[in-house]
Amino acid sequence: MTITKMTYAEAACAALREAMQADPNVVALGEDLGRGGVFGQYRGLAAEFGGDRIIDTPISESNIMGSAVGMALAGVRPIVEMRVIDFALCAIDEIVNQAAKNRFMFGGQGRVPLVARMPIGIWSASAAQHSQSLEAWFAHIPGLVVATPSTPQDNYGLLKSSMASGDPVIYMEHKELWGTQGDVDTAEAVPLGVGKKLAVGKDVTIVTWSRGVGVCMQALEQGAFASLGGIKPDIIDLRTIWPWDRAMVMESAARTGRLLVMHEAVQVGGFGAEIAASAAEQTGCKVKRLGSPRIPVGYAQVLENESRLSVGKLISATQALLKQ
Amino acid sequence: MTPQRLLDLYRLMSRIRQFENAAEIASQGGVAAWGLAASAKPALVRGPLHLSTGQEAVAAGVCHNLERADMLTSTHRGHGHTLAKGADATRMMCELFGRATGYNKGKGGSMHIADFSVGMLGANGVVAAGIPIATGAAHALKIRKQANIVACFFGDGATNRGPFLEGLNWAQVYQLPILFVCEDNRISATTPTPAMTAGAGAFARAQAMGIPSEHVDGNDVEAVDTAAQKMIGEIRAGSGPRFLHAVTYRFKGHVSVDPGTYRDAKEVEAALHKDPLIVARARLASLGMTASDIAALDAEVKLEIDAALQTAEAAPWPVVGDAYEDIMTTGAGVWL
Repeated sequence: MTITKMTYAEAACAALREAMQADPNVVALGEDLGRGGVFGQYRGLAAEFGGDRIIDTPISESNIMGSAVGMALAGVRPIVEMRVIDFALCAIDEIVNQAAKNRFMFGGQGRVPLVARMPIGIWSASAAQHSQSLEAWFAHIPGLVVATPSTPQDNYGLLKSSMASGDPVIYMEHKELWGTQGDVDTAEAVPLGVGKKLAVGKDVTIVTWSRGVGVCMQALEQGAFASLGGIKPDIIDLRTIWPWDRAMVMESAARTGRLLVMHEAVQVGGFGAEIAASAAEQTGCKVKRLGSPRIPVGYAQVLENESRLSVGKLISATQALLKQ
Repeated sequence: MTPQRLLDLYRLMSRIRQFENAAEIASQGGVAAWGLAASAKPALVRGPLHLSTGQEAVAAGVCHNLERADMLTSTHRGHGHTLAKGADATRMMCELFGRATGYNKGKGGSMHIADFSVGMLGANGVVAAGIPIATGAAHALKIRKQANIVACFFGDGATNRGPFLEGLNWAQVYQLPILFVCEDNRISATTPTPAMTAGAGAFARAQAMGIPSEHVDGNDVEAVDTAAQKMIGEIRAGSGPRFLHAVTYRFKGHVSVDPGTYRDAKEVEAALHKDPLIVARARLASLGMTASDIAALDAEVKLEIDAALQTAEAAPWPVVGDAYEDIMTTGAGVWL
């Protein structure tokens, strides 16, 4: 067992480095990777592996993603960097029509083992085109795995699992988490599709992921649930959006009878709606969703805050659910 | 060119032509489209069928110069490229018929015809989408230090899509082993391409990126073969991408049930006189082949295509469970 303190960005870098050391067919491609990537999540890799494997690309999102599909079909295992998820929209045909459907529409002749990293979320007043969380879009597409790590340990472990999966994985790191420090046990596997319990309780189930995890942890640390009569929430970090850990969510929702799903993405048509509907169908629990209003993310702090999650919003939503 | 080489090219073109004609007949009936009514008897080929009839010389002339381990990406009009790369006509026909024994187990049909075992990485339902994939396959060859090349076919319509620009630039920047083949049939679905295209078109765009480019008469299989042979030799020697602009003509409509009435009848008539098979037959005659020799070759090919039709019609359908296979491994089994 090797436990090292590292940041969320360093954890991903370590996972990628190990994979590249183990398999010469693993490469990474994207804009500015030669200088470590815009968030430093590739720092040092170009010096170690050279420009043929840490590939600096033109600003050509369609070709970055499309060429990764071709590479994967020809025996390379590409890690694709989209810089921010908003730019991945320039490669939507390559993701949705090519990467996701290749295996099926060609009758299993080929597979597309690629990991497409698409940093999500509100960060540093980046406004409407650099702040989105679009996990629900990709969860909707058959053929894609969708992962949303929230800690350095999970970023290390989920990236390794994603690279090993052999499927096209949409890998969403949250931009506000790059500097988060934490212990990373490199021997600990984090399988895709397995959630993590953040708190054990009996009164209400709270399911969240990505940046929502920090908000829940903050609420716990502040003792914020005390204002709701000292209730004990059962809190789950889903970690993978597809496939999602139904067993963990259903067990908890059946026990507490109340489910709140919280995510930074727009609430309307969000993945929280899928989880809430599934849990209500299967367990008959009461449900509530907490996400961003259906507004673009604004630049000024007061505008941006409207799209952000907060402890206050979490407590209000939980209170409303308890009153149902 | 030796008579034998021309004969090989002619046989390939004859196979493509007869495959397309057979598929066209098998696609009649079924769906109502393009102003035509549906017939009571369902068509054997149910889906959209984009025929390459008239364009055979491009597929044959280029692919005759490829090795099995070379790779190829194609377009929605991809039967010719697939056959020319070495795929089996029977398994292709089974796929068009939606049968379990087709290349894609009946999951893809004509628009996704592919035979990965011969390096044919797929037709594509999205215009220009094969270009980035082809550059990636070529990039993989470079990364893995493999000596093969990739041929990337696309139509003139694709030159107005972004991935065309991105892919050509990419191939030139990384000096990838790829032959771009613009199969210019002069029409984008039902719209004449020149009316929709600024500047001098495909060739000039490739040249603007510094990719060595050549024009060729895409209905003259000898000319295509000669140009492709030269360019592929250069690519194999490690000198980066090449661009072949082959001008041809689509004899049929956009899809098999499209009568193509939006085209000038005189233009179509003139093109039919320049049929690449007629051109090749005349050349074969000049090299001493008799009409009966050529007819015997065509008859041999007919046997192959007839057998493909018979096998396809008798082949089993996929079963319901197949809809849930070949999707993904992670989380497989949960589809709701």
